[in-house]
Amino acid sequence: MSLTVDDVNKIAYLARLGIDAQDTESYAQDLSGMLDLVAQMSAVNTDDVTPMAHPLDQAQRLRPDQVIETNNREAFQAIAPQVEAGLYLVPKVIE
Amino acid sequence: MHTKTLAQIAQGLRAGDYSSQELTESYLARIKQHQDLNSFITVTEHQAIAAAKQADAMLAAGDAPFLTGVPMAHKDIFCTLGVKTSCGSKMLDNFISPYNATVVEKFNAAGAVSLGKLNMDEFAMGSSNETSFYGTVKNPWATHCVPGGSSGGSAAAVAARLIPGATGTDTGGSIRQPAALCGITGLKPTYGRVSRYGMIAYASSLDQGGPMAQTAEDTALMLQVMAGFDSQDSTSVDCAVPDYSADLNNSLTGLKIGLPKEFFDEALNSEMAASIDTAINEYRKMGAEIVEVSMPNLKLAIPSYYVIAPAECSANLSRLDGVRYGYRCENPTDLNDLYIRSRGEAFGTEVKRRILVGTYALSEGYYDAYYIKAQKIRRLISDDFKQALEQVDVIMGPVSPTPAFGIGEKTDDPIEMYLADIYTIAINLAGLPAMSVPAGFIDNKPVGLQIIGNYFDEAKLLNVAHQYQQVTDWHQQTPKGFE
Amino acid sequence: MQWETVIGLEIHTQLATKSKIFSGAATAYGAEPNTQACAVDLGLPGVLPVLNEEVVRMAVKFGFAIDAEVADVSVFARKNYFYPDSPKGYQISQMDHPIVGIGHMDIEVDGITKRIGVTRAHLEEDAGKSLHEDFHGLTGIDLNRAGTPLLEIVSEPDMRSAKEAIAYMRKIHELVQYLEISDGNMQEGSFRCDANVSIRPKGQEEYGTRTELKNINSFKFVEKAINIEVERQIEIIENGGKITQETRLYDADKNETRSMRSKEEANDYRYFPDPDLLPVIISDELRTQVRADLPELPQIKRQRFIAEYQLDAETAGILSSTKQLAHYFEALVKSSGCDAKTCSNWVTGDLLGVLNKQSLDIAQSPISYERLAGLLQRIADNTISGKIAKQVFEAMLNSEDDADAIIESQGLKQITDSGAIEAIIDKIIADNPAQVEQYLNGKDKVFGFFVGQTMKASQGKANPGEVNKILQGKLKR
Repeated sequence: MSLTVDDVNKIAYLARLGIDAQDTESYAQDLSGMLDLVAQMSAVNTDDVTPMAHPLDQAQRLRPDQVIETNNREAFQAIAPQVEAGLYLVPKVIE
Repeated sequence: MHTKTLAQIAQGLRAGDYSSQELTESYLARIKQHQDLNSFITVTEHQAIAAAKQADAMLAAGDAPFLTGVPMAHKDIFCTLGVKTSCGSKMLDNFISPYNATVVEKFNAAGAVSLGKLNMDEFAMGSSNETSFYGTVKNPWATHCVPGGSSGGSAAAVAARLIPGATGTDTGGSIRQPAALCGITGLKPTYGRVSRYGMIAYASSLDQGGPMAQTAEDTALMLQVMAGFDSQDSTSVDCAVPDYSADLNNSLTGLKIGLPKEFFDEALNSEMAASIDTAINEYRKMGAEIVEVSMPNLKLAIPSYYVIAPAECSANLSRLDGVRYGYRCENPTDLNDLYIRSRGEAFGTEVKRRILVGTYALSEGYYDAYYIKAQKIRRLISDDFKQALEQVDVIMGPVSPTPAFGIGEKTDDPIEMYLADIYTIAINLAGLPAMSVPAGFIDNKPVGLQIIGNYFDEAKLLNVAHQYQQVTDWHQQTPKGFE
Repeated sequence: MQWETVIGLEIHTQLATKSKIFSGAATAYGAEPNTQACAVDLGLPGVLPVLNEEVVRMAVKFGFAIDAEVADVSVFARKNYFYPDSPKGYQISQMDHPIVGIGHMDIEVDGITKRIGVTRAHLEEDAGKSLHEDFHGLTGIDLNRAGTPLLEIVSEPDMRSAKEAIAYMRKIHELVQYLEISDGNMQEGSFRCDANVSIRPKGQEEYGTRTELKNINSFKFVEKAINIEVERQIEIIENGGKITQETRLYDADKNETRSMRSKEEANDYRYFPDPDLLPVIISDELRTQVRADLPELPQIKRQRFIAEYQLDAETAGILSSTKQLAHYFEALVKSSGCDAKTCSNWVTGDLLGVLNKQSLDIAQSPISYERLAGLLQRIADNTISGKIAKQVFEAMLNSEDDADAIIESQGLKQITDSGAIEAIIDKIIADNPAQVEQYLNGKDKVFGFFVGQTMKASQGKANPGEVNKILQGKLKR
């Protein structure tokens, strides 16, 4: 499986990941290498195998419906890049 | 003093041989003296001394928990209130965590004194510590070599005796491999044994925190603190924590050790094979029975891992978007520019590679072929282990195919670097506990023996490792210049 | 060409829990920005979700109420997309294993009952809010709402008109409030709706290309938006064009829908099971508990009202539309001892008239069922006439007093003493000889004149039955 520069750009956009144009080719090669490695899996027939999402066969635990958190905005926003009036600011969102 | 084990230090503190403050100051001085190793990202000198003073007061008052006053440090993946928690990345270089990870809380409650935050591969993605934004850590045994990764700072700092114990995390070998390459003892617990809350996620279904120290006895003491149910982590398992030190001295007569033939094929370097052989012989001498086992799907562990881990990481790292914390690019022109440049400028190459692969594997049309397939392979690998562990008590093998390699030696070929994790990765896929124990040297560079156990059988692993350390002294050796 | 409209609805209803779906932060509406967004809601590095028990219970309750299959094992998945109101870069939702499977909801339009299929209902977390006021050209993000539990109820494309869509939406709205799993408050965004709309030539089996209409968060807008979108689609097709599958935003001010390209450009959501959450097992124990707690559902209650109280279908429908109203009605019947018809007339007519005018719901009614019962009893025992009762009712709206006190203080008690009525009538007959003449000559209509005069002279208090009886005796032809 080999990925093109175009493929890389498409995936990078999905992941909102800036990649320098001069590095795209090398990412395409690395990614193709990884996909070749991964392709070894197809040698095994897994038709009757149940996918395993977690190492342990456990069920989700449920939390009682209780409010246990208090306002900690000041501490949280002390590390924010840009806030005003208690809001996180981002470039204008166009709908 | 610095060559003492964590257990000895704890006893010395209790006996009043030295104060926690003296210890802390002495270790802080060593950290400063050896800062060219680059094992620490942050040294929290003031907090450490304050905590040491408090520990001394508690010790004087009596009734202090066992680790009170013992210096240690956390891998910089564990969120630490009021302290920079960078995860080895430029992305979080400005992230002062507003909360503590459960593991950090537990060590604080046990009285341990944290000296700072340890270097690591960026977001724990790497096997050499070379992907850290803060630069490569040097291996104290051979400073031109890597310490392994991703918990490279933890391993190097313990090996150089800059701290008696450190926390690490292991997603595909990140505790065991650096422990092996630096000649210390490391334990990756069963998935779900140690809380992941506050441990910055790389691959959520594989990540597990664990202890790294000189001896099995020390890792038992640390695991005692770390292990346990946490209601804040849905994947934390609610089962009793045994006394990990209680069985250390049990006899190994009749212990059944499985050797997977797939571990000992022609791919294994002959010197490494010889070292492991010698270690197995020690167990034979202690009365263990050696059995060959087979795990035919083991060879697919790396392909499976390199779908599952990147897929999970691609989503886990999406929150790093420059909006609420962390790195934000200068003057974003619009929202996408903010995302693309913040993430593009702050993530390193290896992190980007894995995000890209993971994004691709989950994208429309590829999900079944990659992600579902990888999860099915994961099941096969896990079943292989289950079957093997029905026949034997523990499985042994190498940790890494070679000892520490040169800094920069493998950076050009990421795939080659991935392949070196062949002996450790399958254990994470299965979620089993495993240890790395110092087992000799090749060209003056340490070699690790891997011991793999059944789910929640950490006490057995520690017993098996401790008994080996009673008849060998590899774990007591200190690198030249750090004695 | 005759066109047929095909509509499917996706309803997002906020579940009325105290805390969020995956964190212990409060869900209360209207707090200062970001004061109810904890570390988990903000998606800080290292934080993990733990599922709220009540959310599961509520979803199961809904499943039972629409007669749906409730999954044995339900799985949460990550829906990946970047947007500033989605702090983790993914939304925790459900894909392959929703908690509620196929069910249905019956609606009634123009007297015809129709079954609308519910494809699924799944749990997910709500996003935060973007505020576009002027922050020097920037957008402000408030994450208080992030992590509020949502139940997304997806219908089959079974509706054929805006009217049916509204009827279905109302039914679901009514149901979630009935079950007490949502406050259904549309102004606060607790109940929101997207509509998938397409058209096809009548008789064609194949569906046309659909568009998804967003932001239609009132019953009125749903109808308008669907109708305007259907018109738009017909016009395009009839002019030889093609419908593009896309998301469109309804603009209520302009009454038009417009394309939302921003949502279109990259919608590869890369769903995969959330590794931070384990499969949710819906135990038999939970099922039994929820079944035991399940209230009588509106549909069933309505049937019962028809059978038990002999109400017509429409009245029964109104009275069973909310749990509180149904309770009010039944309590009124019981405590007044009056016939159900009278009670239902008072509730649906006078009381709801006042409540609607003042935009109050039944829980805020200025007249409790006990006070209204007191009034109805006085009609039944002839203390007051129906007409005077309206006057007492008006007085009760602005007073805490019960009917008796008002009747007493305003002297509204009915005159049933036939002697007193007779005296009034005698006087009227004496004062109006011309009318007496007319009546005796066969002009029946004049009888009403005497009744009216008598009532007027008694200030409405004379018992109308008694008045009739006496008048008939006195004016015998």
